[in-house]
Amino acid sequence: MIRILMASIREYRRDSILTPLFVTLEVILEVLIPFFMAGIIDVGLANADMPYTIRMGVVLTCAAFLSLLCGALSGRFAASASAGFAKNLRKDMFYRIQGFSFSNIDRFSPESLVTRLTTDVMNVQMAYQMIIRILIRGPMMLIFALVMAIGINRELSMVFFFAIPILAAGLIYIALKAHPHFEKVFQTYDHLNGVVREDVAAIRTVKSYVREDHEDNLFRRISQKVYGRFVSAEKIVAWNAPLMQFTMYIAILLISWLAGELIVQEEMTTGALMSMIVYATQILSSLMMLSMVFVMIIIADSSARRIVEVLTEESSLHDPEHPVHEVKDGSIDFCSVSFSYSGDRDSCSLHDVDIHIRSGETVGIIGSTGSAKSTLVQLIPRLYDATEGTVKVGGRDVREYGLDDLRSQVAMVLQKNTLFSGTIKDNLRWGNPDATDEEMRQACRLSQADEFVSSFPDGYDTYIEQGGTNVSGGQKQRLCIARALLRKPRILILDDSTSAVDTRTDALIRKAFREDIPDTTKIIIAQRISSVEDADRVIVMNGGRVDAFDTPENLLRTNTIYREVYESQMNGGRK
Amino acid sequence: MKGQDTHYLRTALRLMGYVASTYKLRFLFVIITIVLSAIAGMAGPLFLLYLIDGFITPLIGQQDPDFTALVHTVILFAAIYCMGVVCTYIYNRLMVNIGQGVLKRVRDEMFTHMQTLPIRFFDTHKHGDLMSLYTNDTDTLRQMITQSIPQTLSCAVSVVTVFIVMLRLSLPLTVLTIAVVCIMLSVAKIVGGRSGRNFVAQQKDVGALNAYIEEMFGGQKVVKVFCHERETEEGFDTLNEKLFQSAAAANAYANILMPIMGNIGNMHYVLTALIGSLVSIAGIAPLTLGTLATFLQMTRSFNQPLAQIAQQSNSIIMALAGAERIFRLIDAESETDDGYVTLVNAFISEDGTISEAGTRTGRWAWKHPHHDGTTTYTELKGDVRFFDMSFGYDDDKMILHDISLYAKPGQKLAFVGATGAGKTTITNLINRFYDVQDGKIRYDGININKIRKADLRRSLGVVLQDTHLFTGTIMENIRFGRLDATDEEVIAASRLVNADEFISRLPDGYSTMLTADGSELSQGQCQLLSIARAAVADPPVLILDEATSSIDTRTEAIVQKGMDALMAGRTVFVIAHRLSTIRNSDAIIVLDHGRIIERGDHDELIEKHGTYYQLCTGALELD
Repeated sequence: MIRILMASIREYRRDSILTPLFVTLEVILEVLIPFFMAGIIDVGLANADMPYTIRMGVVLTCAAFLSLLCGALSGRFAASASAGFAKNLRKDMFYRIQGFSFSNIDRFSPESLVTRLTTDVMNVQMAYQMIIRILIRGPMMLIFALVMAIGINRELSMVFFFAIPILAAGLIYIALKAHPHFEKVFQTYDHLNGVVREDVAAIRTVKSYVREDHEDNLFRRISQKVYGRFVSAEKIVAWNAPLMQFTMYIAILLISWLAGELIVQEEMTTGALMSMIVYATQILSSLMMLSMVFVMIIIADSSARRIVEVLTEESSLHDPEHPVHEVKDGSIDFCSVSFSYSGDRDSCSLHDVDIHIRSGETVGIIGSTGSAKSTLVQLIPRLYDATEGTVKVGGRDVREYGLDDLRSQVAMVLQKNTLFSGTIKDNLRWGNPDATDEEMRQACRLSQADEFVSSFPDGYDTYIEQGGTNVSGGQKQRLCIARALLRKPRILILDDSTSAVDTRTDALIRKAFREDIPDTTKIIIAQRISSVEDADRVIVMNGGRVDAFDTPENLLRTNTIYREVYESQMNGGRK
Repeated sequence: MKGQDTHYLRTALRLMGYVASTYKLRFLFVIITIVLSAIAGMAGPLFLLYLIDGFITPLIGQQDPDFTALVHTVILFAAIYCMGVVCTYIYNRLMVNIGQGVLKRVRDEMFTHMQTLPIRFFDTHKHGDLMSLYTNDTDTLRQMITQSIPQTLSCAVSVVTVFIVMLRLSLPLTVLTIAVVCIMLSVAKIVGGRSGRNFVAQQKDVGALNAYIEEMFGGQKVVKVFCHERETEEGFDTLNEKLFQSAAAANAYANILMPIMGNIGNMHYVLTALIGSLVSIAGIAPLTLGTLATFLQMTRSFNQPLAQIAQQSNSIIMALAGAERIFRLIDAESETDDGYVTLVNAFISEDGTISEAGTRTGRWAWKHPHHDGTTTYTELKGDVRFFDMSFGYDDDKMILHDISLYAKPGQKLAFVGATGAGKTTITNLINRFYDVQDGKIRYDGININKIRKADLRRSLGVVLQDTHLFTGTIMENIRFGRLDATDEEVIAASRLVNADEFISRLPDGYSTMLTADGSELSQGQCQLLSIARAAVADPPVLILDEATSSIDTRTEAIVQKGMDALMAGRTVFVIAHRLSTIRNSDAIIVLDHGRIIERGDHDELIEKHGTYYQLCTGALELD
């Protein structure tokens, strides 16, 4: 896992290495400073040696400045290294997600991906900064301070060899004991958030049924549980500070007492005693720092896991090694195709489809929800790979084409379609980045969108809000069709894309298709029978199988499902 | 900046009020133990002073030094230290309960209050923002209460204690200390301010990046279909780079604060040593070696907590900003309810007299207390009438104009019209999610403003277009309609609406666990569940807001049978996307821009060859 994350450090490797370097320098200076300070007390003050005091003062001042410089530099490099690492992590994840196939996308909800890119990366960023600063600082401080202490007085330093293991063992014990409790806390926390999320989303239902108290009780029960679990976790952590103080005080007392005797026997100076005590503080607090870093790392651990999950997700679709770039014509062949979303042959959504569509043909698809209409057409631009059998476009297996080449020739208007924030032109250019104004206008004319777009005060420069909320459903669908038309595809697939468009406009769109793009193969999924009535042939889907594939006239005579749908809709206007 | 400070101060005080009022005694105890523990911590340097001046120095050079006094002092201080450690444990332990208790109280108050807020509040606030009150904001608050507050308090006590000791040790050196403190504070203010500004910028950049990736991931399949990956990545890179800049700057300033403070402290030490020896050598003020040594030690003990406070300031400000958002929710105005007419179980005798019943009788009545102390009962029938009603979500932009209509008990009324014509708005007014500005609505002859909201809503069943299921079993989800419904009643309701069939086919039947989004079920099945939920509630009036919109026409035929069974004998308001489902309505009301433009039953309206006719023949767009 760590290796995968580390791969995102890249250009921030320099800063990541400089940080611990400057931290080390800073620590050395910080450890030396008490030593100089001891000199001032022992030599300067004790002998009232003013020049010495001034000399040491200058040395100390320089040391302080150097230490400040190193501290500032290490802080700066740590900030840019960790922020840069976070930037690259986000970038790598985002790029990875762009390479996802549809089945990859189905595995992650957009919300979960957003959390992974923001909160999780933020946690890892903080932990990384802690690691390159504190995780180096702690041991360095420990070692250097210990060395200095031993340099001052070997016997007194023995105190540390008792204090360090006691404190370390205590801190580790507390961390280990608290960890499972914290795991539980986070689980309950998730549960609590789930309740809030559900309640806020369903507030109309809650209020309609007057269930505020019910929800309140539910929330309070979990809130109480969060409280209980948090308390039992923090109860353990509450031992941290007293343990630290306890060891520290014992060390100080022991050192003072032993040093007192040594000083009396004139084997040690008072300055040295004070330095020893400073070193005691430094050594023991470095252990405390380390335990803090471990807590951070534990918190970041689950975040890191979630990030790695995205980074290691392999796209289930790959370009062939020698891709074919050109799609010859718009013919489509399904040769005994079965498909299952899970890849498991026993739970196929599509069974044994054998269909051959001629180039330029207009084919309608009809069937109830869950009959696998969308599943069928999604195999054509290779949004998913068939589990069994082959799908051919232009006489070749779709797996032989480069994905971009295939998809630029097979334009698909999805059922759940999205316009993006930006002007209408920006959105249309998704179809063709080099489209001229006239080309855009022409595509909109075909999709019957030109009229209403022109009626907007800003015309084609009208700004579309996120999710296309400022245009009506029917207008959105027509813009989405225009966007697809700009690709000038050999095959055009409309997946229930005119459901919100009135029947007359719907008919006009189909008429325009017939007259202006006769050579393009058109596949139209629809709920409305009128949308497929004038198709060359219609596929009737039922429960993942092709129930019939024939002309509308024949189907009306021979196919029960088609006739049922036809009748349920046709007496809509006349009773 | 000044105004903001007082804002934070008010929030902080209010927060402290929470702490103090919930745990008066314990919090007092915490303060005492923090003070004691901090003082014990400060005993260290004092200890040295005693040790060096009182016991060690006099013994130096003695032939046969007597260590008993030294040992006594060590024991004395060991006792003080012991007390310190015990106090530290006590306040840490107490703070766990106090901190978590306050958080629980804040959380609970927030949620309970949120439940009372009007629908308008939820319509005008992003759900993500509300969520982050319970997650991010409460989390920073937790850190502040359990860590920052005790630490700051302890540091403050240390600073004060040390300062007093310093004053007693040497006045001139204390003056120097004050000067250094001033420098430290101003530096902290400058660096902290820079850091804070960049943190704000970082927050903004995170928001922008968040919005972008949310939009792109939401439309990821469209991105794939149009091979638009490169362009999407370019857009991302720009925002990502911006976030990097602000994050790096914010963290850099935060990181260098500590070394700056620490090294100003070191300079302070040097200056103290120099000036101290000057003073003592010149004999201006008598300073023993021990005093000076102690003072030097004191400067360290003084500067460290100051630096710690400075470092805490960032997280305290961030937590206060979060607390302010939380308080804003708690302070938001609740839904007002002046209703006094209540819904009661009733016995209705042959001659029509109504008396109140203590238990469920299956019949209901409105209990209407009058000014003169008398109470009248009106049978709940489901007669709803609108009189010249006008409404707008904002006062200056009316959505509905002069709507008058009536639905007699058992009648079915359908609303038809384009998006934005005001169909859903009408249903929002019947159950008083919003209140009418002009005109009135009467329910069984009673102005709905007089009916207690909870009772009004209990008498109305609502099935919405977006089905909302809750984590729990299917049984629990249906029972949401009426909490005291038995299993048999739930199953009967499911049978009534044709939901029983698919539920029984599930491996776990009614015990099937659902998650919030109901991803285990198809959209049609989710809708059937929410219809069953309304059926188990068994209300006299039913509002169906595009309840079958995501079911295909063939499945709809099955659901329709269930719906018909549910609608029988009830007053029903239907908003339908598909006109086929409303053909048998008693009245169809065609809305356009908030006005009724046509009304009548299906045949009359077809006859009329007006808007409804055009909609039916597909000549007009519905959406």
